[in-house]
Amino acid sequence: MRGYLLKRLAQTIPVLFGISVLVFSMLHLAPGDPADLLLGSESTPESVAQLRQEMGLDRPLPVQYAAWAGRIVQGDFGRSTVLNREVLPEILKRFKNTLVLTSGALVFAIVFGIGIGILAAVYHQTLFDSVAMLIALAGLSMPTFFTGIVAILIFAMGLQILPSAGMYPARGGDFFDLLRHLLLPAITLGAVSAAILARMTRSAMLEVIQQDYVRTARAKGVGEHRIVWVHALRNASITIVTVLGMQIGYLLGGSVITEAVFSWPGLGQMMVRAIQARDYPMVQGGVLLIAVSFVFINLAVDLIYAWLDPRIRYS
Amino acid sequence: MITHPDQHQAASQSTPPPPLLEVKNLTTEFSTYAGTLRAVDGVSLSLSPGEVFGVVGESGSGKSVTALSIMGLIRRPGRIVSGSVQLRDHGDLLTKSHADMRKIRGDLISMIFQEPMTSLNPVFRVGWQIAEALRLHRNMTKPEAAEQAVELLDRVGIGSPRQRAREFPHQLSGGMRQRVMIAMAMACAPSLLLADEPTTALDVTVQAQILDLMIQLKDRDGAAILLITHDMGVIAEMAQKVAVMYAGVVMEEAAVGDLFDNPMHPYTQGLLDSIPHGTSRGKALKAIPGIVPNLLHLPTGCRYRDRCPAAHAPCARAEPPLHQMSGTTHRVRCWLHHPEPPK
Ligand SMILES: Nc1ncnc2c1ncn2[C@@H]1O[C@H](COP(=O)(O)OP(=O)(O)OP(=O)(O)O)[C@@H](O)[C@H]1O
Ligand SMILES: [Mg+2]
Repeated sequence: MRGYLLKRLAQTIPVLFGISVLVFSMLHLAPGDPADLLLGSESTPESVAQLRQEMGLDRPLPVQYAAWAGRIVQGDFGRSTVLNREVLPEILKRFKNTLVLTSGALVFAIVFGIGIGILAAVYHQTLFDSVAMLIALAGLSMPTFFTGIVAILIFAMGLQILPSAGMYPARGGDFFDLLRHLLLPAITLGAVSAAILARMTRSAMLEVIQQDYVRTARAKGVGEHRIVWVHALRNASITIVTVLGMQIGYLLGGSVITEAVFSWPGLGQMMVRAIQARDYPMVQGGVLLIAVSFVFINLAVDLIYAWLDPRIRYS
Repeated sequence: MITHPDQHQAASQSTPPPPLLEVKNLTTEFSTYAGTLRAVDGVSLSLSPGEVFGVVGESGSGKSVTALSIMGLIRRPGRIVSGSVQLRDHGDLLTKSHADMRKIRGDLISMIFQEPMTSLNPVFRVGWQIAEALRLHRNMTKPEAAEQAVELLDRVGIGSPRQRAREFPHQLSGGMRQRVMIAMAMACAPSLLLADEPTTALDVTVQAQILDLMIQLKDRDGAAILLITHDMGVIAEMAQKVAVMYAGVVMEEAAVGDLFDNPMHPYTQGLLDSIPHGTSRGKALKAIPGIVPNLLHLPTGCRYRDRCPAAHAPCARAEPPLHQMSGTTHRVRCWLHHPEPPK
C-alpha cells in the first residue's frame, strides 16, 4: 500500500506541472495584451511598454513562467485587477462556500443515490425498484437550472418554508440558518448525481449478487442481510467509488449554475464575473485552485479504490 | 448450533445404517422466457455416512441443480416443485424455513464449487472467509475463529498457514484456492459434503492432491460426499456408488464396480466407451454423438432415444422407469432391461 501511495503521489507531479503551464499560458493565449487591457482607453504605446516591463511581460516566456510559478508556490497569486485585493484570500473564501454547497450535494447524492440503489437491487423487479428507477431516470434528464427554479417556486415562493437565495439571512445567522439555506441548492445540485449513483449502485449490486462468491457465502450459511451489506456491497463499492469520484468533479463544475440560480456566494459565481471583467489573476487563481482540487480528489478516490480492492493494493 | 448425528454409533450396528441423506423424487424447474424447463426431473438418491456417491453425466444433465436443490440454494427463476430431501435426524430440508436452512448450510452440509478462481470473495482475506463459517455456526469470537482458520489451512496442506490466512484470493494459485474452499467447507466438520466438480478447473497433478485431501478429511470427520464430475476415472477411484444423469433424470445407478463391469444403459456405455481404456483421473469424457437435448423440447418416450444406438420401437412409446434389476442394487432406466416394455 505504501508503494502504491508513493507511486500515485509521484504521478501527480507531472499533472500539477501541466496544469500550471496551461493556467500560465491562459494569459498569453487569451486575445488582447494584459497591459493594454489594464490601461484601458488611456493607453499610449509608451505607457503600455512601460507596464509590460514592470509586469515582466517583455521577458522570455520560460523566465516569466518560472517567476510566476515561484510566486504561486509561495502563495502569492497576485492582485485582482478589478477588486485590487489579494487574489488568494478572496478565492479561498469563495471556494470554502462552494465546498459547503458541493459537500451538501454530495451527502444528498450518497445517502439517497447509494441507499436507493442498494434497496432497488435488493428488491429487484418489485414496485419499489421500478418506481425508484423511474424517478432516477427523471432526475437524470432534468437540467440543474430547471430543477433549481422549480424548487424555488415550490418551496421558497409557494410554501415559503425555505429561503431561495444566499447562505445566511441578511442579518447573519448560525449553523442552522446555513442548513436551511443549503437545503434547496444542495438537493438541486446533487439530484443528477444521486440519480446516476442510484442507477450505477443498483446495477453494480445486481452484478455482484450473481457472482460465484456470493453463492459460496450462501453455501456457508451467511444470511441475506449480511450477504448484501458485507459480501456484495464491499465488492460493489469498488464501482460505486469510481462513479462517486467522477460525480465529485461534476459537482464542483456544476456548482456554477446552481450558485447562479440560488445566488450562492461561491467560487463559480465569482469566476464568471472575473472572466467577464478579464480579471486575469483572479481567473488564473480560480482555475488553478479548481484544477488542483480535481487532482487531489482523484488521488483520494484512487487511494480509496486501492484500499477497497486488494487486487490493486497488492500488485 | 445443530448437533451432529453420531456416525460412529450408527456404523457399528449390524443392521445397515439408516441413510444420511435420502433424496426422493426431487424435481426442480426454471421459468425462462421460452418456457418452463425441468432441470431435475424426479431424481432419487440415497447416501450412507462415510460414503462417496458419484454423479456423472454430460454438461446440462442437472448435476449442479441437484446439488443446489439439496442445499436449498435454488433461486429465482428456479423452483423446487416436488420431492423431499431427508437429512438424518433433521427431517425434510425442503420444508425448512430460510433461517433453519441457514443454520444447516455450512454446518451440517457444505458445498465446494467447480470454479476456485471465482468462488472466493476477492476483497476479503482467505482466513477471514474461513473464520466466517466458524463465527456463524460455532459462535466463536473473532480471534478464536481466526486461530481455528489458520489451523484449518494447515490441515488442508497449505504451507505457512498463518501468513496465507492474511492473503487475498488473487495471491493464491488455483489449487491453493480450492484447498481454501475445502478448509471452509470442512470448518464445521459437516456430515455431508457436496463437491460439484471440485477438480475440473485444476491441472492433473493438483487434481489428484485435492481428491486425496477430500478423502483424508472425509475419513477423519466421517462425512459422506456427493461427488459430481465429468470424469469416469475420478468416479472409479473415489466413489462407492454412482448415478448416471441425463437431461434431468437418473439413467442408471449402481455400485461403482457393477457399473464399470456391467454398464447396462446405452448412455452409460457411451460415456464409458468415450474414455480410452486404462485411463485414470484427468481424462474428460469424449463426446457421445449428437447433442444434449433442449430440456424445453424433450423427445417423447425415452429422452435419450434420438442419440441411442439401441433405440427401438418401445422407446418412442413411453419413458422407461428406473427399474431395479432383481437381486442387486443396480437400477437402470431402459426398456432393453425392463421385463415388460410397451408393445
Ligand atoms: N438459473 C438458471 N436458469 C435457467 N436454467 C438453468 C439455470 N440453472 C440451470 N439451468 C438449466 O438446468 C439444466 C441443468 O443444469 P446444471 O447446471 O445442473 O447442469 P450440470 O449437469 O451441472 O452441467 P455441467 O456439467 O455443465 O456443470 C441446464 O439445462 C441449464 O440450462
Ligand atoms: Mg454443473
